[in-house]
Amino acid sequence: MNTTTLAVLVPLLPFLGAAAGLLLGRRSPGFTRPLAVLPTLAAAALAVLVAVRQGGERPISASTRLTPTGSVPVDLALYLDGFAVLAAVLVGVVASCVQIYSTAYLRDDPRYPSYAALVSLFTSAMLLVVYSGDLMVLLVGWEVMGICSYFLVGHYWETPEARAASLKAFLVTKLGDVPFLFGLFALAVDAGTFRITGILGAVATGAIEHPTLVALLLLAGVAGKSAQFPLHTWLPDAMAGPTPVSALIHAATMVAAGVYFVARLLPVFAASAAALTVLAVLAAITMAGAALAALAQDDIKRVLAYSTISQLGYMSGALAVGDRGAALFHLLSHGAFKALLFLAAGVVIHAAGTNSLAAMSRMSGLGRRIPDAYWTMAIALLALVAIPPFAGFFSKEAVLVAAERTALGESAAPVAAGWAVLVSGLLTALLTAAYATRLWLLAFRGRGPGAPDHGRQPAVMSAVLWALAVPSLAFGLTAGFIGDWFDGRPLQPTLTTAVLGTGVALVGGLVTYATWRHTTALASRVPNGAAAHPEPHRKAEPPVSEPPVSPAVAPAPEAVTGREPAYGDIGAAPEPADPGRLLLGPLHRPAAAGFHLDAVYRALFVRPVTAGAELVRFLDREVVDTYVRGAGTGTNWLGWLVRRAQTGNVQTYLSALLAGSVVLAIAVVLVAAGV
Amino acid sequence: MTLAHAVAQTGNGFLSPTGVEIAFLLVGVATLAAAVLTVTTRQLVHAALWLVVALGGLAVEYLLLTAEFIAWVQVLIYVGSVVVLLLFGLMLTKAPIGRSPDADSGNRAAALTVAAAAAAALVWVVVDAFRTTWIDLEGPAQGSTRVTGEILFRHWVLPFEALSVLLLAALVGAIVLSRRSPEGREGKS
Amino acid sequence: MHLVYPAVLSVLLFCTGLYGVLARRNAILVLMSVELMLNAVNLNLVAFDVWLRDALHSGQALTLFTIAIAAAEIGIGLAIVLMVYRNRGTSDIDRLRDTAEGREPPGGPAPAEKAEATA
Repeated sequence: MNTTTLAVLVPLLPFLGAAAGLLLGRRSPGFTRPLAVLPTLAAAALAVLVAVRQGGERPISASTRLTPTGSVPVDLALYLDGFAVLAAVLVGVVASCVQIYSTAYLRDDPRYPSYAALVSLFTSAMLLVVYSGDLMVLLVGWEVMGICSYFLVGHYWETPEARAASLKAFLVTKLGDVPFLFGLFALAVDAGTFRITGILGAVATGAIEHPTLVALLLLAGVAGKSAQFPLHTWLPDAMAGPTPVSALIHAATMVAAGVYFVARLLPVFAASAAALTVLAVLAAITMAGAALAALAQDDIKRVLAYSTISQLGYMSGALAVGDRGAALFHLLSHGAFKALLFLAAGVVIHAAGTNSLAAMSRMSGLGRRIPDAYWTMAIALLALVAIPPFAGFFSKEAVLVAAERTALGESAAPVAAGWAVLVSGLLTALLTAAYATRLWLLAFRGRGPGAPDHGRQPAVMSAVLWALAVPSLAFGLTAGFIGDWFDGRPLQPTLTTAVLGTGVALVGGLVTYATWRHTTALASRVPNGAAAHPEPHRKAEPPVSEPPVSPAVAPAPEAVTGREPAYGDIGAAPEPADPGRLLLGPLHRPAAAGFHLDAVYRALFVRPVTAGAELVRFLDREVVDTYVRGAGTGTNWLGWLVRRAQTGNVQTYLSALLAGSVVLAIAVVLVAAGV
Repeated sequence: MTLAHAVAQTGNGFLSPTGVEIAFLLVGVATLAAAVLTVTTRQLVHAALWLVVALGGLAVEYLLLTAEFIAWVQVLIYVGSVVVLLLFGLMLTKAPIGRSPDADSGNRAAALTVAAAAAAALVWVVVDAFRTTWIDLEGPAQGSTRVTGEILFRHWVLPFEALSVLLLAALVGAIVLSRRSPEGREGKS
Repeated sequence: MHLVYPAVLSVLLFCTGLYGVLARRNAILVLMSVELMLNAVNLNLVAFDVWLRDALHSGQALTLFTIAIAAAEIGIGLAIVLMVYRNRGTSDIDRLRDTAEGREPPGGPAPAEKAEATA
């Protein structure tokens, strides 16, 4: 089979798996697991094969046109360059890990078949986005991902939080998708084609007439999908979905799609300095703001969610300074360690029986209970903090180097964008170290009674964790040659940024550690009861049901009851040992609430829309319906009046008839006489 | 065309009527008065009797118009049988003898309006159309029994026979309608 | 003789009969008024026949037919009136109101009744 056929099979296999899983899921549950895992694994293997064959050489482009579609043709096109094949490998690997992990994690979930099929469909859509060489086909995958994320985030639809979160994820991403669609059309009309090669050619010859407008419209969709400020609010709420879904969304698929899209069409964005500046400012705000918010979160998954937003800010920043190689590099390494973080967090949550970091900090020995998760999570956090030689160090350095070069005027991107990304990136590195340290300390260095024993986690899950730990550790070593797969620009760290970046990270980590020592000392002096958590023992996130858990305890209801307190009030737990509270000071409360952006949106959009709906309802019920009812009542009264004439008296009828005849006759006579 | 001009043209003035015209007018007034009394009187039997007068007056008018056969048929059928039938009907429905205050229905005003309007419109139209038309009554009588018999049995035989069938059907219908019981003995026509 | 005289007389007789038909209460009096109207038409027919000197004398023939039909009509009509009187105990036209609409206020009748009424 040639490379093109293999590449076609990559998105096709998970799709077929999803279709088969949906069809067979209820009837033959035995097939569900193989149908979920095997196609995804095969797709991952094929993606690796395609990547090896492509080898970072000249892009492979193939297309077929099924049918003429009007003025601008739509092709089923493949466009395999270094970006595409590597991103596909990431998607395939992470999706395989998630599928394998889910077989254990959602073992007793009654809706596992549909869940697995949707994850497969999600994977397939993302692979389509990655490989597609035609923007219309890309859009198909893009929208399929949107609807899949809606279903998956709402997996626990019994809970109101999950319903609200899935709706929010859908609506916010759609809010970005509308301008995105317009942008695509504007781009295609200017370039005369939806093919990426054609568009890039048009950009090279300057055929795009309104690059700024097109780029800004596309950026709206990218911001929605990739959770960039100001459309990022759906991502923290999307934590209401199962943890593996969070891993999938955050690491490889949904949020990666936006960054990947910009990377693919970077020349279009680079044609407009304004668009790049806007992107840089958004990226700077996103990365720093999300890192601050992450420092204040209590829910471990929300910490990771804000961390994702922050890291996506790095990628957008890299794109804003015109270095898509760095962006993709960071996307790949981030995909590995963020998937690891989420999957390990699932284990931690299960072992601790709570989502809350504050509650975990009152348990001791959590790390000993789950050594695999403990070690792998430590590795992933080190990678996140960008300590050498972990993967995150190299990729983040690549971003910072690119920003530095731009700031010093060595690249085509605006200098202001470079400075914004560089300064914000260093600040975020500091904050990242702080929240990562806080997360680790609170989760694994808690003081108090021992963590409850839930038994060993399944071997499958541990295996997945260690499998993902390998790239988190070692992926950075590819920095020397992976640049050849992208634009050929070297991605090695330079001395200045390496020292700067690692330095601020170390400072952040040490300051947090010192604060933690201080606060724990304070907390230990407070009597134990005074610091009592409002909810003494929160229930576990249930899905892993170990052998000791009797099958009579149905997972789904437990999920319903167990979830609510975890998503109750974010900043409600007064935890004296929390270093984030001391570090952030007065910023803590707004940061915990995501800087009240949701409230702003509520005031700006939700209330006017609700008020408008009320007004429309009033107009409909009171005004329009009055006319409608009036028409009915009027006719009724008219009918009643006319019925009064139906007296049954023949003479009356005859009188009326003859009177009419006389009037007509007189009229005729008058007309004939010409009066 | 003015009236005076028309009169001058035909030589027959309204103001100098012939003897036949005077007779026609007098009988016409009497007939009209009898008809009005027929429809206004409060005594039901009197109405039938005034109807006799009106129909008889009409028979005289037919004579004056030289249609003597029609006149005798009128006397025979209307005055002789129809009125008698009506009187029988009145008696069979136990109509009150003497003044009955409710002989007119509540529709009287509307009826008066419609009738007056119709009369005004028709009179106006008829006068406007025929004010100068003159009927020449000289020459052989056009409605003598001989003439009528000739045209009836020369040109109108088929309708005449059809009419006899119609009369038979009406007779049968009337009998069926007025039978008292399934084995009813009497019928009327 | 002027044609206007018989024509106007016939018009007036017709309208008198019209008034009687519309204003009289007793059905037999209504029949009498109908006879008046028929006779007015007869007069018209005869007058125009004489004026036109029609070779076929269709006016007079039609008058004869009208008289015959009027006789049949009065027979049938009286039979009907008699039967109505026998069944209802009255021959007053304005009391025979079986075809009158109900007098209930608007919105009164149930939808089922409306459906029946429209069916």
